[in-house]
Amino acid sequence: MAEAKTIETKKYTRMDFVSDQAVRWCPGCGDYAVLSQTQKVFPDLNIDKENIVFISGIGCSSRFPYYMNTFGFHTIHGRATAIASGVKIANPKLSVWVVTGDGDGLSIGGNHTIHLLRRNLDINVLLFNNRIYGLTKGQYSPTSEVGKITKSTPLGSLDRPFNPVALALGADATFVARTIDRETKHLQSMIVRSYKHKGTSFLEIYQNCLIFNDGAFAPMTDKATKADKVLWLENEQPLLFGPEKNKGIRLVGYVPEIIELNGQYSVDDVLVHNEKDYVIASMLANFTYQEEFPDPIGVLYAIDAPVYDDMVEQQVNKAVETRGAGSIQELLNSGDTWDVV
Amino acid sequence: MSKTLKNIDDVVIRFAGDSGDGMQLTGGRFTEATAIVGNDLSTLPDYPAEIRAPAGSLAGVSAFQIHFSSKNIHTPGDKVDVLVAMNPAALKVHRDELEPGGMLICNSASFTRKNLTFAGYESNPLEDDSLEDSFKVFAIDMSKIVSEACVDMGLPSKTVERTKNFFALGLLFWIYDRPVESTKTWLRKKFAKRPELVEANIRALNAGYNYGETTEIFTTRYQVSKADLPPGKYRNIVGNYALSLGLVAAAEKSKLPLFFGGYPITPASDILHTLSALKHHNVKTFQAEDEIAGMTSIIGAAFTGNLSVTASSGPGIALKGEALGLAVIAELPMVIINVQRGGPSTGLPTKTEQSDLFQALYGRNGEAPIPVIASSTPGDCFYVAYEACRIALKYMTPVLLLTDGYLANGSEPWAIPNIDDLPPIEVKFADTSNLVDGQFMPYRREKKTLARPWAIPGTKGLEHRIGGLEKEDGTGNVSHDPDNHHHMILTRQQKVNNIVQDIPPIEIFGKNNGDLLILSWGGTKGSCRTSAEELQAEGKSVSHVHLRWLNPLPKDLGEILIRFKHVLIPEINLGQLIQVIRADYLIDAIGLNLVRGKPISTGRINEKVNEMLGN
Repeated sequence: MAEAKTIETKKYTRMDFVSDQAVRWCPGCGDYAVLSQTQKVFPDLNIDKENIVFISGIGCSSRFPYYMNTFGFHTIHGRATAIASGVKIANPKLSVWVVTGDGDGLSIGGNHTIHLLRRNLDINVLLFNNRIYGLTKGQYSPTSEVGKITKSTPLGSLDRPFNPVALALGADATFVARTIDRETKHLQSMIVRSYKHKGTSFLEIYQNCLIFNDGAFAPMTDKATKADKVLWLENEQPLLFGPEKNKGIRLVGYVPEIIELNGQYSVDDVLVHNEKDYVIASMLANFTYQEEFPDPIGVLYAIDAPVYDDMVEQQVNKAVETRGAGSIQELLNSGDTWDVV
Repeated sequence: MSKTLKNIDDVVIRFAGDSGDGMQLTGGRFTEATAIVGNDLSTLPDYPAEIRAPAGSLAGVSAFQIHFSSKNIHTPGDKVDVLVAMNPAALKVHRDELEPGGMLICNSASFTRKNLTFAGYESNPLEDDSLEDSFKVFAIDMSKIVSEACVDMGLPSKTVERTKNFFALGLLFWIYDRPVESTKTWLRKKFAKRPELVEANIRALNAGYNYGETTEIFTTRYQVSKADLPPGKYRNIVGNYALSLGLVAAAEKSKLPLFFGGYPITPASDILHTLSALKHHNVKTFQAEDEIAGMTSIIGAAFTGNLSVTASSGPGIALKGEALGLAVIAELPMVIINVQRGGPSTGLPTKTEQSDLFQALYGRNGEAPIPVIASSTPGDCFYVAYEACRIALKYMTPVLLLTDGYLANGSEPWAIPNIDDLPPIEVKFADTSNLVDGQFMPYRREKKTLARPWAIPGTKGLEHRIGGLEKEDGTGNVSHDPDNHHHMILTRQQKVNNIVQDIPPIEIFGKNNGDLLILSWGGTKGSCRTSAEELQAEGKSVSHVHLRWLNPLPKDLGEILIRFKHVLIPEINLGQLIQVIRADYLIDAIGLNLVRGKPISTGRINEKVNEMLGN
């Protein structure tokens, strides 16, 4: 059936979101792709430009706000989520976007990230994960694999890495998704989904650092391996992957296993993705770093939950409604007073 | 028998007992009654850091001191005239500060073997002459009396025992001729859902009052007549509360929503508590996940156009340091309150200190000047909070406001201001009229103040980016140009220096020149003023200047300092203001530095002045 085409009059074009600042990332950096897809897809969101705020911390990706012709604030290391919280609570009408990285958002700013997620402010977090510290020239990050040889770990890193989507789920995030810098269409669709989610949306973006960690996500982006290594998530669709979509995930009890649809198993045996199911989301999240499983890419989890900034607003309105708008003079004059004549 | 009624001018009472004995509450009620009588007063709560240290231990002693007078007073008092000691530990901790000949009222029931041992007494001091020689001792079995008063109520004995503080309160009401009715009203409201507690506490209160009236132990009542305060409507006010109201007043006058982001910390938390109950004043409070988020959330709210405030104490301010630098370079208006407490590290969380002046002035990386203002009395916290907001908004700058544990929890009678009399706060957000050739210049400044425009998200046509990287003057674009950096460093400093035009001329208490000037800042004002009054009364050439602004300093300070032969700077630190004064004005100021977690006493200042004057 042919879809009825609606002709929307868009207020903006991509160029409306391009600022006058020269972009200064290394040639070939994955950040370019994310910036350009963002600028491309933003006209589709149809938000008044003056109501958009980009907040970032410190790191390569945190230069992002300078290149978006919206309101922007390039702040300090790790604090973008907390500053964005202040912006959003102060004016819930704004569309607030946080640009952060694996170091900024998960290491120095880890605390603010988890608390933003549990509070569920209506803020969109784009977490650029390149599994390395780029701006400080190549130390391992909290998402680097164990044994990573870097300038600060010449004998190999010892720390186990964070799995950002599992961390977000653990922090009670209401929207958890993952995409890849090179998958431009998917990236765009995930930005749109993030925007549409009411509450904090956590979007991890696999982003290649050409200089210090080239190929970190190669299995998920190389033509030869990608089909086997990426599990594209579609809500209410079976979890299929492989070059011919001939492999699937099924549950045996609560243990996931890979099956081949070769006669013994059919698509009916394959687990169907449900974005509202926390157990499925957790299971999928834990495929990350497991050699035998493909990496889940797409929306892992999306539920509706009360939104913090709305509730703050409601409390203020309720207080005004029940007590009347406060007058400082009345407040000053209240309590036990006496007159000196 | 007949009781004599004696008129006196001035009394200091200290209520001391176990943390669970309700001493803060008792002191609070006595304060309210004293305010109603019309005395001038000043209070100093002194409570332990432990919520409930083991009952009867020295660590668990909680005290509340009130100084009240028919004259104008400025301090909670040096020496105690009346000590109410509800247990041996309270006596042990506080007896040294009771004046010889002073009144000592004890609950003898709690002077048990166990409590005495716990407090380090080998024998019961109420049973030998050790106390009688120095003080007028009244050992009263309060526990027994309240239990008799409530005997027919069928309440658990533990509940009845807990009313003994109201017995003590009733007795002190009788001795000092205070009205009891307001306390009864307060009890009825406080325990509205527990009428049996209202009844038991009122019985205990009456029992205490009647004990004074009917027994022959107390022969004298004292009357402290009304103080000669300027006319007006008064209330008693605690520093942290006054400060909170000052912020709300500034929000109302500037017509801005108030955003408060903070993290609980002693002794600043009451500001968060107060504001969170005032949401109907268009106040949003955000209890953040940590001090850094408290600070950075207000940067976000300031960027968005709210009047933004955080409050903490030294350890929390240390955590906020990096973000303060961002506030400086972003040139956004906000107020950061430091209710100072004993340091370093966790230090003495519930005690007062003035040791964070350097932190306020210098505690950031880079050249990051922030105006610093300090309040001087509990009631002054209102005006200082208001002024901090006004200056922050006028100059587009963060402002650091210093108070301390004593000011925060202390109280005084306070003439309620008329909001119309406060200076106006005018805020104009940038709009398209700020565009220059169609471009918005976020760092194009107002000439007189050097304030930059406040262009908040949501304003069409003013989309722009700011950040922590050095910016080009005018455009605000990132710039690494050496000359621009130097220029911006100078400009940010000059903007703070310009605030001097908002600082009124110094008021000198005493002569404009002479032998000695006492220079003070913050919570030591009261002791210094009292000292100057006493020394002037003795005919000495001593004047007093108090500084409200610490950065910038008032422009006439230098010329005043050199008119005195000596300058004395008492501080509850090892000499912080004094270093600034010596460096800025090259004068040989002398410090009086006592870092004991308590206000500096007038007596110690007098001693030091006399020593300096060669007396």
